[in-house]
Amino acid sequence: MKYVDEFRDGKLARKLSKAIAAEADENRTYNLMEFCGGHTHAIFRYGVQDLMPDNVKFVHGPGCPVCVLPIGRIDNAIALVEDNDTILCTYGDMMRVPASGRKSLLKAKAAGADVRMVYSTQDALKLAREFPDKEVIFFAIGFETTTPPTAVAIKQAQKEGLKNFTVFCNHVLTPAAIQHILQSPEVREMGAVSIDGFFGPSHVSSVIGTEPYEFFAEEFQRPVVIAGFEPLDVMQSALMLIRQLNEGRSEVENEYTRVVTREGNLKAQALVAEVFELRREFEWRGLGMVPYSALSIKDEFAEFDAEVRFSVPKIVAYDVKGCECPSILRGVKKPTDCKLFGTVCTPENPMGSCMVSSEGACAAYWSYGRFRQPDTKAIKIEKEAA
Amino acid sequence: MEETRRFPMKLDLKKGKVEMVHGSGGRAMAQLIEEIFVKHFRNPLLDQGNDQAMFNVDAGRMVMSCDGHVISPLFFPGGDIGSLSVHGTVNDVAMSGAKALYLSASFIIEEGYPMSDLNRIVESMAAAAKKAGVMVVTGDTKVVERGKGDGVFISTTGVGVVPEGVHISGDKAQVGDVILVSGTMGDHGVAIMSSREGLEFETEILSDSAALNGLITEMVEAVPEIHCLRDPTRGGLATTLNEIALQSNVGMQLIEDDVPVHEDVKAACELLGLDPMYVANEGKLICICAPEHAETLLSIMQSHEYGKKAAIVGKVVEDEHGFVQMETTFGGSRIVDWLAGEQLPRIC
Repeated sequence: MKYVDEFRDGKLARKLSKAIAAEADENRTYNLMEFCGGHTHAIFRYGVQDLMPDNVKFVHGPGCPVCVLPIGRIDNAIALVEDNDTILCTYGDMMRVPASGRKSLLKAKAAGADVRMVYSTQDALKLAREFPDKEVIFFAIGFETTTPPTAVAIKQAQKEGLKNFTVFCNHVLTPAAIQHILQSPEVREMGAVSIDGFFGPSHVSSVIGTEPYEFFAEEFQRPVVIAGFEPLDVMQSALMLIRQLNEGRSEVENEYTRVVTREGNLKAQALVAEVFELRREFEWRGLGMVPYSALSIKDEFAEFDAEVRFSVPKIVAYDVKGCECPSILRGVKKPTDCKLFGTVCTPENPMGSCMVSSEGACAAYWSYGRFRQPDTKAIKIEKEAA
Repeated sequence: MEETRRFPMKLDLKKGKVEMVHGSGGRAMAQLIEEIFVKHFRNPLLDQGNDQAMFNVDAGRMVMSCDGHVISPLFFPGGDIGSLSVHGTVNDVAMSGAKALYLSASFIIEEGYPMSDLNRIVESMAAAAKKAGVMVVTGDTKVVERGKGDGVFISTTGVGVVPEGVHISGDKAQVGDVILVSGTMGDHGVAIMSSREGLEFETEILSDSAALNGLITEMVEAVPEIHCLRDPTRGGLATTLNEIALQSNVGMQLIEDDVPVHEDVKAACELLGLDPMYVANEGKLICICAPEHAETLLSIMQSHEYGKKAAIVGKVVEDEHGFVQMETTFGGSRIVDWLAGEQLPRIC
């Protein structure tokens, strides 16, 4: 596949692997957090860790949109569709995320609620046009990448005069979350987690640009490299981070120059600013209340806001006892540190959100690494000998 | 069935719709059976006109397999529910090394379904059976109220006879064995996805839906000692290999570069966030055999209509966990686990 295979080339990967091994200082460790689930997925899918020296470690961050949504908001979504005889549509992964009382949107659907999986906001609008007598609610989730399409849908609904379309807005913001992690006591004071540098988001940065990261690279003295989602991007970015750390620099560098610019996509930013405004605070699973970390729909578009049209009470819900998703999302624990991992919690029967999406750290660990088999390197060694 | 009689008005195969009365057991049902099912499936056993088909059996071992088909959409690039319902069951029978002989077909039809489409489906089913060299010898028709079905569901059951000396089974994979596949992976799943409502995208990929009994007969004649044969349908190559690994208590090692995947399938999977290793096939087989037989079987496959892109993709190894592992194109390695959740519902 053109423009994709180039970034998955095994020969280049081996060259980069050697370069990283040569530049990494063996007297220290490099704990590099990939914020995005997309990076987590690539690291496992392509076995990138196998190509890294032992002292370069990936710390998985909270950048999986379905993982960070607090249980209370999923309870809200279930109530929206069950109590109001509405059509609730959302992206596929969201359907399986466990809510309170062992429920999920998928289970609500099986019990008769009209929950539908859509691939885009346009599908949701189509449903609203098709069923004018039904209230159609789009359960919007995601980081800055998925926000502009939601803004477009709201504006389009306004233009068309759709009276039965609303958005249950759960869009969240990346820079606020990264800053929150760096400010957390585990990182700052207790030193329980050491994060030496960040792989910056790729698609998110295509919208917001690299500028928003400059503040905390400076403030917290941590290098950030905006990295593409292909495995060679991840390796090249790791090398760039290692170089910065070796040279004592804490800058924002951009590896993903084929897509990301410093100022980002100004048109998309303008659209988002037109439709959404900052929430004073928003709850993230794992991070708790994070100030100014999410968006809500502006008053001018209130008629398309499900939180205005319907009753959406604030629900305080708790994770299943023993579930370590919160610590895993902060990078404090690994999936294998969780007692539920692989015992009662599997992708077939997820107890926590990190086991649901392919971008979740637990699901990636389970599907691609399981409990890290000791003998996987056997294939390579044998092949090289042959 | 009663003795054939003529019906004064022929079924309207252009504009007619299936009605509840067509499943009621009366004259209307007899006419539907006569003018659609018997017309296309005609064979001596069906013509006996009884509620069951009666046939002689050879001494030896028989196999029997059933498969329900609920695919959506009913017509898709490269096939339809009719041909699929023949291929699916013939393949399940043939994967034991058996010669597939007879099929039963049970139709559950939704009230209001167009007669013309039903006729097309049965016609395609009959053509598929003819090409595969099997006969549909007994059947059943039910009609359910509008909204209680989704067009047509078809269940087929197949029987076949296993030749002497052939003992193919999922628990027979041995350490050191070679793993072969008969062609590109994921074609069926991607073809279905490309025609799903709300997801239509342009691709030239056709479903690989095909009956593999002819290919298997050639393979088994040349190498009766084949250890395992299985068709990687739902869950794809990854899931099927995991099933065999578990049954045989072995591990597997795949080389990603060696697994054939059509460029368009790769591109579609990239776009949809799927992994071709988990996407369904309906006309491919996995063969596991001793290393000394691998080249023979590979060349038989490659010279057959349904095995042109056949390849050796890995080998069976010792592993107490029963893991399927893969060396990635990128040079790393990863576990190829069972399919979790659902990639896409109702693909067969």
